[in-house]
Amino acid sequence: MTRWIFGTMAATALLTGAAIAKTDVTIGLQLEPPHLDPTSAAAGAIDQVLYANVFEGLMRFASDGSVINGLAEDWDISEDGKTYTFKLHSGVKFHDGTDLDSADVKFSLDRARAEDSVNAQKALFANIASVEAVDPLTVKVTLTAPQGNFLFNMAWGDAVIVAPESIDDIKVKPVGTGAFKFDDWKQGDSITLVKNADYWGDAAKLDKATFKFISEPTAAFGAMMAEDVDAFYSYPAPENLAQFEADPRFTVLAGNTEGETILAMNNKQAPFDNKLVREAVSHAIDRQAIIDGAMFGYGTPIGSHFAPHNPAYIDLTGNSEYDPEKAKALLAEAGMADGFKTTLKLPPPSYARRGGEIIAAQLRAVGIETEISNLEWAQWLEQAFRGKDFGLTIVSHTEPMDIGIYARPDYYFQYDNADLQKLMADFDVEAEGAKRTEMLQQAQTIISEDYVNAYLFQLALTTVVNAKLQGIWPDAPTQAIDLTAVSWAE
Amino acid sequence: MLRYAIKRIGSLAISLIVASLVIFACIEVIPGDPASFMLGINAQPDTVAALREELGLNASLGARYLSWVTGMLSGDFGTSYTYRSPVAEIIGDRLWISLPLALIALGLTVLIAFPVGILAATKRGSWADMSVMGATQLGIAIPNFWFAMLMVLLFAINLRWFSAGGFPGWEHPLAALKALTLPAIALALPQASILARVMRSALLDTLSEDYIRTCRAKGLTQRQALWRHALRNAMIPVLTIIGLQFSFLLAGAIIIENVFYLPGLGRLVFQAISQRDLIMVESVVFLLVFAVIMVNFAVDLAYAWVDPRLRGRS
Repeated sequence: MTRWIFGTMAATALLTGAAIAKTDVTIGLQLEPPHLDPTSAAAGAIDQVLYANVFEGLMRFASDGSVINGLAEDWDISEDGKTYTFKLHSGVKFHDGTDLDSADVKFSLDRARAEDSVNAQKALFANIASVEAVDPLTVKVTLTAPQGNFLFNMAWGDAVIVAPESIDDIKVKPVGTGAFKFDDWKQGDSITLVKNADYWGDAAKLDKATFKFISEPTAAFGAMMAEDVDAFYSYPAPENLAQFEADPRFTVLAGNTEGETILAMNNKQAPFDNKLVREAVSHAIDRQAIIDGAMFGYGTPIGSHFAPHNPAYIDLTGNSEYDPEKAKALLAEAGMADGFKTTLKLPPPSYARRGGEIIAAQLRAVGIETEISNLEWAQWLEQAFRGKDFGLTIVSHTEPMDIGIYARPDYYFQYDNADLQKLMADFDVEAEGAKRTEMLQQAQTIISEDYVNAYLFQLALTTVVNAKLQGIWPDAPTQAIDLTAVSWAE
Repeated sequence: MLRYAIKRIGSLAISLIVASLVIFACIEVIPGDPASFMLGINAQPDTVAALREELGLNASLGARYLSWVTGMLSGDFGTSYTYRSPVAEIIGDRLWISLPLALIALGLTVLIAFPVGILAATKRGSWADMSVMGATQLGIAIPNFWFAMLMVLLFAINLRWFSAGGFPGWEHPLAALKALTLPAIALALPQASILARVMRSALLDTLSEDYIRTCRAKGLTQRQALWRHALRNAMIPVLTIIGLQFSFLLAGAIIIENVFYLPGLGRLVFQAISQRDLIMVESVVFLLVFAVIMVNFAVDLAYAWVDPRLRGRS
């Protein structure tokens, strides 16, 4: 036994000692995809593994969040803004060898908007009136009304192009058009992708990519330190980040996400139906204390439901500066000088659990007592999200450009403002860029000044990578780990 | 012996039926809907309804219970709500890690506990006994996940002899065994400590019995009396504990599986609960109950084998 162990150890030492140029990468991820169909689940892990790597849409997100052409080589918008004509790249093949043509695009879009569709973002397709395959490489999409962000919608992971030939097995054997092919899924352990030699665009630099699923933060630390994984995306133990920063073997990438983290208030439930109370809560919150205490300093304060890296962003944090005295005064004005009691329902992520404790203390300081309950996601969805049974809750809204949720009066925080609803409806059909920016800024201002929710911070993305690994996106404009440009330094 | 076995099989069948009912009832009442979990917070209500229909969640409780139980009888555990592949296949894959891990850990437990326990009992009061008692006390007191983390720090991060975790698959048998080594040690250490102490006290009990004195009087050496008579009689409590330990190792490795990110049954059920993959949870729990019942059945048979008096009774 001893001899065997030492023999193995010697062999391992030899293997790791030999310096061969690496062409594979292992990425650590905390959550495993439930299945591999990005068009029928909300799980971010599906897109993280497959978006841009295996599946591509007509459009796609670039690393800075801008929308660029994907499978569409070119597109044209009709005068009335209602007809989009996409010209597809020629010579694009699915991984099973079949050609991509306009019929596949028609199939994908029709499937997503069908009555029995289980697409988690079905709203992206709601405005499509018809999809027509004009010729093998031309697709005409007709909308019921002009829609300014239609191209943006087509870049989402939920809008990737799939083929009818492979749709039945997509959940376990995804077949796309991307620079990587799906190779193997050891459920509970890892997913392996290999280079697609027949890729229509710039070939991937890596031959193989493995995503390894490690949910426990201490195990993530061990795997990174032992160099079992080359990068850990969205590293789950921020308390060790300083240690990685100090270690020359590693680099810590601190980037942005689309996650607006908010203290949501139930706008239809007393006392949060009173704007004065919502304003008081907003002033009672010390954002920086939450970022420092719960997020180890990572995160950017926000004053509205909008991402700071977006060009249309305006800084509205001044509307809700930390001012406990003002908060108390506002409560008194609302007839609640003695404060009140409410519930604070927290889903599992650490921003909510750690942040919730700090927020509870800050609210207590102005007289608001909260009864904290820690919920699993499924419970949270049932009670808070669907049942609207909550006073306060903390959630990070990770969908890009989702300010439109404020125009949905039945959405869980139940904000009902006709002006904003009209503004967002106008925004949807507005095509002109400057005008759109202006409307977005108006919307940010309205919800900020109405104190719909208390806006906390933009969730940061911290990824620990091997110092020699290049090309990992620091930001997450969508939930993607695009490996097409990743390579090892010489 | 046959009648004894038949009786045991009868009670086994009843236990399984009751277990399936209890499991189904308990798990179906957990609040939370698998369809809304999968579709997230931007989904429209009609989409959630469509997915519920697709998953067969709109059928009545009774119909779902019946189709689950009848399916299981023919080896079909249904289709996982989240993974969307057959539950039996997924569980089968995970068993190939959990079962060998439990067996290796149990093997290590027995290999450590038997000699140590016997040594301590035969040399009662000596320094060897005292150090065994001290060491096993420590072994029971140390939480196994903490011990596992220490091993990761030493063997994976500092010495780099082992990976910090993961499982390469059985197509690489040596690497697979290596991947199970640290987790098995972490699991075995506290179990071996418990078993060694049980072994010691059971042996001490039998060694003070009259028949051992008779044996010695007949001229057997202490060693002969121990091996021929005392040990076999001391096995009843030891077997009971081993049976319990095996069930525990099979189902209870969840924390160790998380520390070493092994894709075993424990992690599967943990994940399935949070995702409300109810059919998966029900099937894994039922399988574990089945395993525990089978182990107890085997232990019962083993009692009868080591103690012939039990065969007539019951």
